[in-house]
Amino acid sequence: MKRSRIPALITALVLVFLHAPLVVLVVNSFNESRFGGEWEGFTMKWYDRLWAADEVWESLLVTLKIAVSATVAATILGTLAALALHRCRSWLQTVHHTLITLPLALPDLLMGMSLLALFVALGVETGVLTLWIAHTTFCMSYVAMVVLARLQDFDFTLLDAARDLGASPWQATRRVLLPLLMPGILAGALLAFTLSIDDYVITFFVSGPGTTTLPLRVASMMKTSRSLPMINALSTLMIAGTFILAALSFRLQRKA
Amino acid sequence: MSNPRRQEIRATLPSLGWLVLFFALPCLITLTLAFRANDLRGGVADGWTLETVKLLADPVYLPVVWRTLSMGLVTTFACLLLALPMAWHMARCTPGWRNFLLMLVVLPFLSNFIIRIFAWRSLLHPDGPVKHLLIWLHLADESTLLLNNSGAVLLVMIYTQLPFAILPLYAAAEKFDFHLIDAARDLGATGWQAFLRVFVPGVRQGLLSAAVIVFVCTLGQYVIPQFVGGTGDEMLGNKIVQRAFTDRHLPLASALSGALLLFVMVLVLLMSWRERRSRA
Repeated sequence: MKRSRIPALITALVLVFLHAPLVVLVVNSFNESRFGGEWEGFTMKWYDRLWAADEVWESLLVTLKIAVSATVAATILGTLAALALHRCRSWLQTVHHTLITLPLALPDLLMGMSLLALFVALGVETGVLTLWIAHTTFCMSYVAMVVLARLQDFDFTLLDAARDLGASPWQATRRVLLPLLMPGILAGALLAFTLSIDDYVITFFVSGPGTTTLPLRVASMMKTSRSLPMINALSTLMIAGTFILAALSFRLQRKA
Repeated sequence: MSNPRRQEIRATLPSLGWLVLFFALPCLITLTLAFRANDLRGGVADGWTLETVKLLADPVYLPVVWRTLSMGLVTTFACLLLALPMAWHMARCTPGWRNFLLMLVVLPFLSNFIIRIFAWRSLLHPDGPVKHLLIWLHLADESTLLLNNSGAVLLVMIYTQLPFAILPLYAAAEKFDFHLIDAARDLGATGWQAFLRVFVPGVRQGLLSAAVIVFVCTLGQYVIPQFVGGTGDEMLGNKIVQRAFTDRHLPLASALSGALLLFVMVLVLLMSWRERRSRA
């Protein structure tokens, strides 16, 4: 009986569909032509222009500040959440689990809008603080999920062994559990970092003056045709950065 | 209180407290703001009122809601149609190939959302490569507009949502026993019949998750219509953003998002309830 080739063909076409826009973007960042309809020769001038655009680098700094601080908070909160969810089974954990997974299912727009409503109701000015809170909130669910998956294969008799040998609960956690769990925690942290850097929708709702992150900057640059080729160059650099982070994360998750 | 119980509460408190404060409470506030009026400075007025909720009956919203639902349904249908054969193919590959294909699916989805929209904007631009290609193939002429219409919105929505359909379907297909297909073929089914009547019912749990995830995501979409759609392609999300930022009418924006929130919650909770029941 021969196997149909159609599923393989569709798979190939979908993969081309998924990657072609990004490939064209990268190629066009070296294209002399402004709109990239045709190849008019190799150039690095868009990168030169990007290098001179100070506001882009300021945005990068803001983005990194938020991403690093949100990743730290989200990793701590998400790891604690995963440990509690894994070890305890009670109605409290059912509520906990629902609250952790719901942000993953809700559209970003609703999360951004409701956080904006909270900050307005509390009279908090939007800015770095509100952005940090928002990013920590949506990142911690992802960290919790990655660490939880890791905990499924964790052998908890190792902790009992440590306790039998005289370790205090804290020592057993710090010297046995955390080192073994570290690849999962790091993979979660990397995912959180990537998501924070990339977020546009939630950031749009809770950012204030002086907190224009890179995605917000790209969106505002899209409105002026002069800076369009520069976005190609910036996008190429951002895609490269994301791919490096993703490769690291894949590595960490696979090493069991 | 027993000791393990206290330990559990101590371990749960940081994350649960954070989520109550910055996720559950904001959702509740959004719902309550719908029963407030706005003041002239763009803030929220004191006192409770039904006026804001009554504004939802404005005939402006009906076509927008209809468009949001139909765009969501078409996107979901198209994503499932493409993802089903892909999941089938990936599940039948060797483990090495599977991981490689999985990585190829996830990679573009990890790159920045706004960049992917920008990429499509330049692809579909009147001077862009797709237009040149279509003219060369005699499928379009100089006057064809590829950007700022509902076709472009649909295309980019499918593009951004596809991985959300492929991943749950692949997870279901991976657990599917492909010997059943061989059995069906031995009993005289054609390849197409085996796919439709054995494989599709076999992965229906993944099909349901994929459909709900994609549909829910598209309902909250506003960036794609804003950047690649025309004025007639606005979705509910665009209206929410306009009310919140252009009109500075936060209560009305909250009322609109509150309605969407309730609708989405029902869908998501129904799905997780079904999933739990089928597992039990």
